Amino acid sequence: MNPSPNSQTERIAFPDPQKHLMNYRRIWQTVVFLTGCVSLIPLIFITVIDYQVTQRAIESEFLLRTSRLISNTQRAISFFLTERKSALNFIIRDNDYKALENPDRLLKILENLQDSFGGGFMDIGLIDSDGTQRNYIGPYQLEGKNYKDQEWFTEVVERGDYISDVFLGYRKVPHFVIAVKRNLPDNAFYILRAAIGIDPFNTLLSNLELEGLGDAFLINHEGTLQTASKYYGEVLGNLPFPVPRFSEKSEVYEEGKTEATRHVIGYRFIDDTPFILMIVKNKHELMKPWLKTRLKLIAFLIGSITVILTVIFWTSGFMVRKIKLADQRRVMSLHQVEYANKMASIGRLAANVAHEINNPLAIINEKAGLIKDLFLFKGEYSKDEKLINLIESILASVKRAGTITKRLLTFARKFEVSIQKIDVKKLLEDVLGFFQREADHRDIRLKLTAQENTPELESDVGKLQQIFVNIINNAFAAISDGGRIDVSAGMEDNEKITLTIADTGCGIPKEDLDRIFEPFFSTKTGSGGTGLGLSITYNLVQEIGGKILVDSEVGKGTTFKITIPIHRK
Amino acid sequence: MSFKILLVDDEVELVSTLAERLSIRGFDVKWTTTSEDAFKQVESYNFDLAVLDLKMPKICGLKLKEALHEKFPEMKFIFLTGYGSEADFKTISDQIGEEFYLVKPVDIDVLIDKINIIIKSKGQRTPS
Repeated sequence: MNPSPNSQTERIAFPDPQKHLMNYRRIWQTVVFLTGCVSLIPLIFITVIDYQVTQRAIESEFLLRTSRLISNTQRAISFFLTERKSALNFIIRDNDYKALENPDRLLKILENLQDSFGGGFMDIGLIDSDGTQRNYIGPYQLEGKNYKDQEWFTEVVERGDYISDVFLGYRKVPHFVIAVKRNLPDNAFYILRAAIGIDPFNTLLSNLELEGLGDAFLINHEGTLQTASKYYGEVLGNLPFPVPRFSEKSEVYEEGKTEATRHVIGYRFIDDTPFILMIVKNKHELMKPWLKTRLKLIAFLIGSITVILTVIFWTSGFMVRKIKLADQRRVMSLHQVEYANKMASIGRLAANVAHEINNPLAIINEKAGLIKDLFLFKGEYSKDEKLINLIESILASVKRAGTITKRLLTFARKFEVSIQKIDVKKLLEDVLGFFQREADHRDIRLKLTAQENTPELESDVGKLQQIFVNIINNAFAAISDGGRIDVSAGMEDNEKITLTIADTGCGIPKEDLDRIFEPFFSTKTGSGGTGLGLSITYNLVQEIGGKILVDSEVGKGTTFKITIPIHRK
Repeated sequence: MSFKILLVDDEVELVSTLAERLSIRGFDVKWTTTSEDAFKQVESYNFDLAVLDLKMPKICGLKLKEALHEKFPEMKFIFLTGYGSEADFKTISDQIGEEFYLVKPVDIDVLIDKINIIIKSKGQRTPS
């Protein structure tokens, strides 16, 4: 049997009920879109803001830390130089020219300096106003050497003290010199000059805790490296990037075009010296901790979006499914009411038509009967078989027409809601009687079998008739010409009777069997099936307290089994 | 003494023809198309049986039967109708008695059978 409901009334009357249903897909899409926007936009917005704020905070922290390190290191170097310059100043003021001219005294002073300051002092020399070195204690033979024409001499004469760049000098070892001047009467003066190695700088700078592949070194104002650099060359090499502009305080800036080559550069001009302290860090390395945080942030965002979308999809789907079910029930109820009303109207119309036909039919019957009576009783034409047969034919046709109108009246009246005792066999005969003509035309065999002891039912005759009409009508739609429909009625037990309607139609595929009673399920889309016929039938069976089961095999046929309680509850 | 029958139906063609057919069969038949006229006829004639149409203008068959039965308790009734089937009147017959109901168009032989049953119940002889 075809699962698509195709009942008599649906064929003639009803528009497609699907058009009254909402577009659930669009509702679902709208709900998902709106709730998604409301939930996700603030989340993404906050995450992006948090991302940027956190990134900036971390960058600021790096810059601040670098700046602080620059300042501290600069103080240490500045203190180192000031300390040594002050020591020389003290010595030149505490010892007159004569004392310093004494090699033993100067040797003692150098030893004391080296012992007191822990290294750094390599030699010491006394230079007179003419620029000639009068006394020298150190590893080289520099006594008597004249420095008058050298730039540092001019400068120390003018300024009173002097700290040189790092240079190799005669000894071919990187070092720098500190020179201090003591003025004497008559514009005379003498200078105490000491050479200092750069090892203390190297030690200080190499002990700095630098993250991000950091590099700390000194350069002079011309960009010549004054200490060794991890990445930018040896002492007295040239810095591969420009010398930063002068600033009185510690500065930090970023340089580099790509993420990988970008550097954080901190620098500080050390006052009264030719040195610039520089700390260079690789920004990519610096930001590595941030990358981990960023991954966590992104993972949190993706996780949140997944959870939110899952919840949105699930709840929206759940709600829309509920709305769909409620909407389908609403439309089906409307359809059922409309169906019942139309059937009642058709019933009333049929009853009136039958009544109107019955009266003239009765007149024809009586007139023809009278003619027959006259022929037979008066004897005039009693032997005329042809005339008698003609009259008999009229009477037989009237009887046939009368049978039809009586059946129509009985049938139509039953669509009105009424609880009464029902002879199931008689009801089935009435229903099948209406299909008999179509069955004859299509050579379909209708067979009704009822057990002898089948009792009368107390039920709603209209609903019961509608159930039979729907199922038998579907059976007619499913079977081919020459097929068979077997209807049987019998006792299930003392409380119920069972009605079986079996056809030899095309059958229902197994995957459709569970769905044929669902509202709007139809395999005849576009050919008039509303998908409500069997659903309404199912509801009607439930309304009269019964059960309906279906069994089908494709190509062999379908059997509907309806169990109905004998007594109305 | 022949069996007296009153036919009441608003369809004049039907009632007159049916009356003639019954007359041919030996019954004493009068007919009318209104309930009012039926009242007049029963005053002047002692009918054994009234065959009434159920649905008539002004006074329907059931009300006419009640009125006649009140005045002539011995009178029997058969109802005719073009509206419904015998089964439909089962409930009504349970309510108002054991009268016969026939649905139009009526088979004359069936009607005669019913009349004969009534005649026998009255102890009279059926027409030959």
